[in-house]
Amino acid sequence: MAIDMLIRKKWDKFSLDINFKSQSKRIGILGASGCGKSMTLKSIAGIETPDSGHIKIDGNILFDKETKTNLKTQKRKVGYLFQNYALFPTMTVEQNIAAGLKGNKQDIHKRVKEMIQKFGLAGLEKHYPKQLSGGQQQRTALARIMAYEPEVILLDEPFSALDLYLKDRLEQEVLQMLESYMGTVIMVSHNRDEIYRFSEELFVMDKGRIVASGKTEELFQNPKNKTAAILTGCKNFSSIIYIDDHTVEAKEWGICLKTKRKVPKDAKWIGYRAHDFIPVWGTRGENMLKFQLESSARLPFEQNYYIAAENRIGNSTEKNGEKDKTMICWFVQREKMEEIEKKGFPDYLWIDEGKILFLNE
Amino acid sequence: MDEVTEILKNLDWSPLYISLKTGVAATVISFFLGIFAAGKAVKASPGKKAVLDGILTLPMVMPPTVAGFFLLLLFSRRRPVGAFLFEEFGFKVVQTWIGCVIAAIVISFPLMYRNARAAMEQIDVNLVYAGRTLGMSETKIFWKIVIPTAGPGIASGTILTFARAMGEYGATSMLAGNIQGKTGTIAQKIAMVIQDGDYVTAGIWVSVVVLIAFVIIFLMNFISGRKMKNIGRW
Repeated sequence: MAIDMLIRKKWDKFSLDINFKSQSKRIGILGASGCGKSMTLKSIAGIETPDSGHIKIDGNILFDKETKTNLKTQKRKVGYLFQNYALFPTMTVEQNIAAGLKGNKQDIHKRVKEMIQKFGLAGLEKHYPKQLSGGQQQRTALARIMAYEPEVILLDEPFSALDLYLKDRLEQEVLQMLESYMGTVIMVSHNRDEIYRFSEELFVMDKGRIVASGKTEELFQNPKNKTAAILTGCKNFSSIIYIDDHTVEAKEWGICLKTKRKVPKDAKWIGYRAHDFIPVWGTRGENMLKFQLESSARLPFEQNYYIAAENRIGNSTEKNGEKDKTMICWFVQREKMEEIEKKGFPDYLWIDEGKILFLNE
Repeated sequence: MDEVTEILKNLDWSPLYISLKTGVAATVISFFLGIFAAGKAVKASPGKKAVLDGILTLPMVMPPTVAGFFLLLLFSRRRPVGAFLFEEFGFKVVQTWIGCVIAAIVISFPLMYRNARAAMEQIDVNLVYAGRTLGMSETKIFWKIVIPTAGPGIASGTILTFARAMGEYGATSMLAGNIQGKTGTIAQKIAMVIQDGDYVTAGIWVSVVVLIAFVIIFLMNFISGRKMKNIGRW
């Protein structure tokens, strides 16, 4: 199992330049909307044709500019789960699942029945897509793909069209249904939670390029660069001045930070996740941030505080009605709120040096 | 009232048959040509599409007599193409029923083409892509996905095409003429009897046309309303 692709394509205002190889069976591509991740999937499926490069899956050449190979979409054996599922509106659930199947009627019927059972669609055989709920539509689309036995499955933002309250459950369902599938699955999404749950290996894309890659968990722990850090959900960044191997000054936060780790030479930024601040009452120690609360927001399961660092206190953090980029986000989960409610607002926030992310551009 | 019954008794119904026959024949041909052209147009590049579209829509925006002029240029037996068709195949267009059909096709085809194209363009392009990733051939995608999904638009296009083909006057009168029992359509009959000041006969034919038009509009709403069921409504 392996995918090896190198694709380049230029449009008027956008260019795609993707180069990746992976042995994983569950590959995630994380990127903001418009970064070219759907284009990448469409190139694999043969819907878009790259200007140059190659696409190989498990040794099969799907596209190679040099040898002028460009397999038709029909011959690529890829399953594509579209964001809107693309169910055929004039066909029933049964007919949709059978749409890509060839062979004698009995075999097709058997296969369709099997899929209907497997994907929990019994009783809906004669329904049209419009009569199905979002989750049922998604299961039908997956059943249609699986019935066709593709060699690769591509999931294009598979959960973004679903209601939030359905999402977690359906995500779990889909992951379970995909478990039995032996081939490679590539999922693109802008949602870090989806990607984190799904993928073994992760590629982070920005402006048509891959900016970071690695094992998903490792990449979330150490995103290596700022773009990847933002996409994996890191909220706080400060540019740094290198002082010595174990000390940096965080310019925007007005604080010197000591680290046990050696500061990487190429680090230009540090990042710190909003959930990782530890409140401190009493005396100030090393790596503690003095701050002032600017605003806060109450969410169902957590409290979000927006704070200004010491050196910003007094200067308005609002410029032209826009929040200053140096505003620090501090998110506290519900169960930890009690302590703050009991002891009052903390005097300092302690930055755990082990959780500091060193990032380059 | 007596006058009307008297006229009805002796009325030559041939214009109705000729009109219906012409309408059906022209619609069948326009239907396939229109869908074929629309299928090509939606896949063409923007430049090609503009040119193709211009040529195919021209008969709709020109006065029908202009189309009649070009058709005469082409099919008149005094012109090369017309002469060739007649001498080689004995094929006569001018002053024949075939002329009626050809005039009706040329005039009504753009309606079919434009409606089919608009309906096809509104289809979610992902449906086509989905068909391809599922290994369906382009032909199968076209007939099993595109046409049914574009169904309501194509159906109303077909009915409009039929209505236009049946009511064709300008190009028909030039190419096919108004030969009683042969090329004399309802539209031409009305014009002819009005010239004679026979308002009663004209009125009868007008009633027939209004009735047919009404049935057509009803059919159109019925079909599009029924087909829309699976596609969602506003």
